[in-house]
Amino acid sequence: MKIALFATCIVDGMYPSTARATVSILERLGHEVVFPTGQACCGQMHINSGYFAEAVPVIANHVEAFDTPDYDVAVAPSASCVASVKHQHPMIAERAGDAGLKSRAESVGTRTYELSQLLTDVLGITDAAAELGSWFPTSVTYHPSCHGMRLLRLQDRQLDLLRTVEGITVADLPEADQCCGFGGTFSMKNAEVSSAMLEDKAENITSTGASLCTGGDASCLLHIGGGLSRSGAAAGTLHFAEILASTRENPYDAGTGHGAKAKVAR
Amino acid sequence: MSAVFVGMPSLPAYGIGNLHATESFPDAAHHELANDQMRTNLRHATHSIRDKRLKVVGELPDWEDLRSAGSATKEAAMADLPALLEQFEANFTARGGIIHWARDAEEANRIVASLVREQDTEEVVKVKSMATEEIGLNDHLAAEGIEAFETDLAELIVQLGHDKPSHILVPAIHKNRSEVREIFLREMPDVDPELTDDPRQLAMAARAHLRRKFLSAKVAISGANFALADTGTLGVVESEGNGRMCLTLPQTLITVMGIEKLLPQADDLEVFMQLLPRSSTGERMNPYTSFWTGVTEDDGPQNVHLVMVDNGRTAALSDRYGRSALHCIRCSACMNVCPVYERTGGHAYGSTYPGPIGAILSPLMTGIKAEENNSLPYASSLCGACFDACPVKINIPEILVHLRGEDVDSRRGKPRMPSEMDLMMKGAQWAFSSGTHLNLLEKALPLGRLAAGRDKKIKRLPGRLAGGWTASRDIPAPPKKSFRDWWASEHDAGDTGTTKDGK
Repeated sequence: MKIALFATCIVDGMYPSTARATVSILERLGHEVVFPTGQACCGQMHINSGYFAEAVPVIANHVEAFDTPDYDVAVAPSASCVASVKHQHPMIAERAGDAGLKSRAESVGTRTYELSQLLTDVLGITDAAAELGSWFPTSVTYHPSCHGMRLLRLQDRQLDLLRTVEGITVADLPEADQCCGFGGTFSMKNAEVSSAMLEDKAENITSTGASLCTGGDASCLLHIGGGLSRSGAAAGTLHFAEILASTRENPYDAGTGHGAKAKVAR
Repeated sequence: MSAVFVGMPSLPAYGIGNLHATESFPDAAHHELANDQMRTNLRHATHSIRDKRLKVVGELPDWEDLRSAGSATKEAAMADLPALLEQFEANFTARGGIIHWARDAEEANRIVASLVREQDTEEVVKVKSMATEEIGLNDHLAAEGIEAFETDLAELIVQLGHDKPSHILVPAIHKNRSEVREIFLREMPDVDPELTDDPRQLAMAARAHLRRKFLSAKVAISGANFALADTGTLGVVESEGNGRMCLTLPQTLITVMGIEKLLPQADDLEVFMQLLPRSSTGERMNPYTSFWTGVTEDDGPQNVHLVMVDNGRTAALSDRYGRSALHCIRCSACMNVCPVYERTGGHAYGSTYPGPIGAILSPLMTGIKAEENNSLPYASSLCGACFDACPVKINIPEILVHLRGEDVDSRRGKPRMPSEMDLMMKGAQWAFSSGTHLNLLEKALPLGRLAAGRDKKIKRLPGRLAGGWTASRDIPAPPKKSFRDWWASEHDAGDTGTTKDGK
């Protein structure tokens, strides 16, 4: 299968090893990964901040990059950005009165999957250790991000994959379904309320004793990790793609992230 | 022929009264977050109602179908509202009721005050009602020399405490029982000085206090949960029986109701009487459900009035993206599951309607430009818990985003300095609307590494917005190179089988 990677702006700029891990997993399964270089961002920050007019060129850019017959499905290591591509792009295009953009956005949305959706629903992966060689001998806890839970209805797809990684210990996170308080520009406009929410999330993570909190959205993990780091907590954060990509031969390296040896692995 | 202005009111007519925040949400939240006792009370209360709701909702295998049915019924009713209102008026009037139409809070207050004065009394008893909170009826009556006695236990606590409700169902949710005891000891005449904070004792004290009022009042004022167009019937759903007393004992009953409470027919109650109690108190059924249709000779109130209030509802109805907010049946499930409400409490929202539904309903009814209400749509992380909990499937997160758009658009084209947010969004539009632009920007990543310094953390950023972030969160040092940079220089460079841009 030819799979187009939508890295998302935050992974592209801040967490490139998450995108490298995504590439590594898919190539390991024998698929061809392409990276449409025209891509930038889904525009969710603009949309959710009320700047619809400013979002239109961002959406148009995404549609331009991905509305091509040159791949079978697109994947992003983010539930939130995928939800934006699927639901918000057609909505904003319609409000802008651009029916052409709307229908192209819809067709891109239909072909775009969040990583665990792609692995589970399309590629039929049920055992990460057996099928991906995933090995991660660390105790983790898992935060299901809101948009994965409530917009994409991912249910336990990410968690189920994590549980099948060799060597991993997954500790249940108390009040896991509670928002971490990120909410995009909410964390700036209403920084204090956001911090109060984050405080509780960080306490719950610490209470599990896990050394890492994992999840499927880099933005939420940036927020949670920022709070954990400020409070001096021992636990850090890591995207679940990097856990799936980690193997005995090429284990995850906290210093270089995943994929430092990707060329060798290929 | 010259055009003559005949004074037709221009639509939409916005709502007035207790629908406005007096300070912006972040400022109000700042004060409320400092109240540790309130946060503890709220956390305890919202979590216990949340758990109860989940349990009773889980008992119904057709819960999702019920939600869809409730949503569809409301949508149809709103689409046909003018006809339903006329049908209701005809049936209500035929059964001896008298209907009054109020364009806004001021008109509604004036009508109620004059109806009370007609009965030659200076006291009224009240059934808990959001509509009368919204129009500020108690204050208006007080100014006219009429004293209104709240008879719902929690409303009584709020009234005696000279406080404001902070929740639409549990208005004293921000108080715990020892605080309630203090209020009773201080404010309730003839209260037993030995009163403890045992809930039963507190309820008995309130009961004794209220009984005298029920038996002496000539006029009762209520809200309504439902109005049935096909029969002209009104209904109130409650837990304590105080409503039943008010609806049956006094000779005059004045109901104040928003025009959106209309349901086409009695059969619709089958759905709503399953949705409402389970969503609000987490009960399979509420203890008291009262319905009345006009006047029944020698039985119950002989003067039955209904004040139908618009107060911005027509304005909300005219917003195609926001109108479904009017489907709200005031169950309060959204505030019980909201992580923002749980931390700030209801007072931070300013309006009678707090929480997620208030954050959309208040600005829809007052217009987004009203005072501080333009800050309300931002009072959400868009986590979506409210949408999942809503028994009539109001897509609150989507309407919040819509109203943010309205707010931003309302400030466009005015001569003013661009805000920090405006500048950030303009910059991001440039960066995010082209892969080439983003690539250029990402070439600056090493600068971020420099700023992070030795411990690889950015701990402080300038500006109100970015500074708000770094007040409680670090930012990790950015990577040496972006993914796209790596892809071009390392992945793609050694791989001929992969096209560069997917085209």
